[in-house]
Amino acid sequence: MVKVAIYPPNSLVLGDLIERKGHTVLALQKAMSQKVRDPEIDSPPMNITEEDPLKGLKYAAIEVPSGVRGRMAVIGPLIDDAEAAIIIDDAPIGFGCVGCARTNELAMFCLRKKNIPKLEISYPTNRDETFDMVNKINAFLDSLSEEGGN
Amino acid sequence: MVKIALVGCGVEYSGILKEVEKAALTFGAEIILPDIDLDYIEESYLKFGFSAQSPNLKLMIARAMSIVEGRTKADAVFVCTCFRCAEGALIRNEVRRFIQQNSHIPVVTYSFTEKTKADELFIRMEALVTTVARRSILAREKQEGLTMGIDSGSTTTKVVLMENNKVIGTGWTATKDIMESVNIAAADAFGETGYGWDDIDGIGTTGYGRLTIGKKLNAELIQEEISVNAKGAVYLADKQRGEATVLDIGGMDNKVITVNNGIPDNFTMGGICAGASGRFLDLTSRRLDVDITELGPLAVKGNYRNATLNSYCIVFGIQDLVTTLAAGGSKEDVADAACHSVAQQVYEQQLQEIDIREPLIQVGGTSLISGLVEAVSDILGGIEIIVPDYSQHIGAVGSALLVSGLGNRNNQ
Repeated sequence: MVKVAIYPPNSLVLGDLIERKGHTVLALQKAMSQKVRDPEIDSPPMNITEEDPLKGLKYAAIEVPSGVRGRMAVIGPLIDDAEAAIIIDDAPIGFGCVGCARTNELAMFCLRKKNIPKLEISYPTNRDETFDMVNKINAFLDSLSEEGGN
Repeated sequence: MVKIALVGCGVEYSGILKEVEKAALTFGAEIILPDIDLDYIEESYLKFGFSAQSPNLKLMIARAMSIVEGRTKADAVFVCTCFRCAEGALIRNEVRRFIQQNSHIPVVTYSFTEKTKADELFIRMEALVTTVARRSILAREKQEGLTMGIDSGSTTTKVVLMENNKVIGTGWTATKDIMESVNIAAADAFGETGYGWDDIDGIGTTGYGRLTIGKKLNAELIQEEISVNAKGAVYLADKQRGEATVLDIGGMDNKVITVNNGIPDNFTMGGICAGASGRFLDLTSRRLDVDITELGPLAVKGNYRNATLNSYCIVFGIQDLVTTLAAGGSKEDVADAACHSVAQQVYEQQLQEIDIREPLIQVGGTSLISGLVEAVSDILGGIEIIVPDYSQHIGAVGSALLVSGLGNRNNQ
């Protein structure tokens, strides 16, 4: 079982495909649900506080907007934990999204520069490409199982 | 309750939504988030025509569109994006323009950091709620009857008496005991007009001491200085229609306000550094042994490039100017360097945060320092700056104008 980071980090489709193959998906929703359930914090809607953009300084400098650093405070640790990654380029909002182009650039760069197995594909624009995308993802996930000796 | 639509990007991830809501609630308003479906985002974004890369900025555009198209019912809009985000800043301003051009809903914009707290937003929320709840007052373009405006500032207290759209008396004194200062300035304003307290139809107060004075005098209008100064400036400059920027470099803090049809829609207030305030010019004039009123004409004759000024700091900057004088530099060059230093800092710290709209109306006591006005124009690429009559009494004039029609105390 491999910890797989995804981009967009909250894509339900990618999360489902990974879990079906028995791997662990490093999804934004899981990280966020932990924050939201934290009774110690009262900063709705997502319990992001002033501390989070400061934690984001690990990934981006102080002159980077607070929204980017706040997002990286949650997404960054998922990337740090990743043992494999699937990146979908040019995905539409409905497929999953963190809302910020600069965060997308930085998070995808962080994933790309990690020395882990990666699959990067463009978002499909027709039925054939969709089948192709799913097949590639499944093959990639199977290869992770083989590499992991499972 | 006034409904303020939040149209922003990065608010939740910067952890400041609670602060925005708290600020709104303080002034009797609630924050609402326009509900949008996915298809509408795409449709609005294409209609708007700005190719934003960030999905949240596309959502911002769609939310603005839903307000303009009446799908979302809002009394006012708070448009905000992360500080230092270039794409966010571009869309923030375009969304602001779009709402203003296509509706009568008041808009205030802001760029935030993770450190933004509710109290920093108070004056914006107060101005926004004022614009909604007191729109009829802000729409006033003409003063009627006999009214008094009192601006109780941190350094000086200004009183203006207006009658039938004309300033008929002014008074000015250093702020010490708040009410005593008002009485002194008011006595000057009454001067030879022949009027007294009992003749006044209405009193409007603004500035730091507005609440205390307003309660004591039973003022008909107690108003924050952003709305009042903006209104006073466009009234005096005869620019009540269209867009303008109001710049007030004060003794302690500076204000830059952008105005659309006489209603403020964005502003910045700064007060971090004395070197970027009128205080620096005050100290320079003392060091040059000239009255502050002579500093401006002196600066106009000088060339700041001939003076060494390596620091913006009020302490080290003055030392640099002293060094220039000791080395044989002229008073004129030093005066010009001081004016440029203040103008440059105001530009770097505040004017860059705001989209400057012409004409620029400079007000406040420092607007009488011609060298400073020239320096601001120079730094902004030679744009025309209007310094209206009574610019040093701007808050008092704005109050006297806005209270017009609200009171009839001499008939009671």
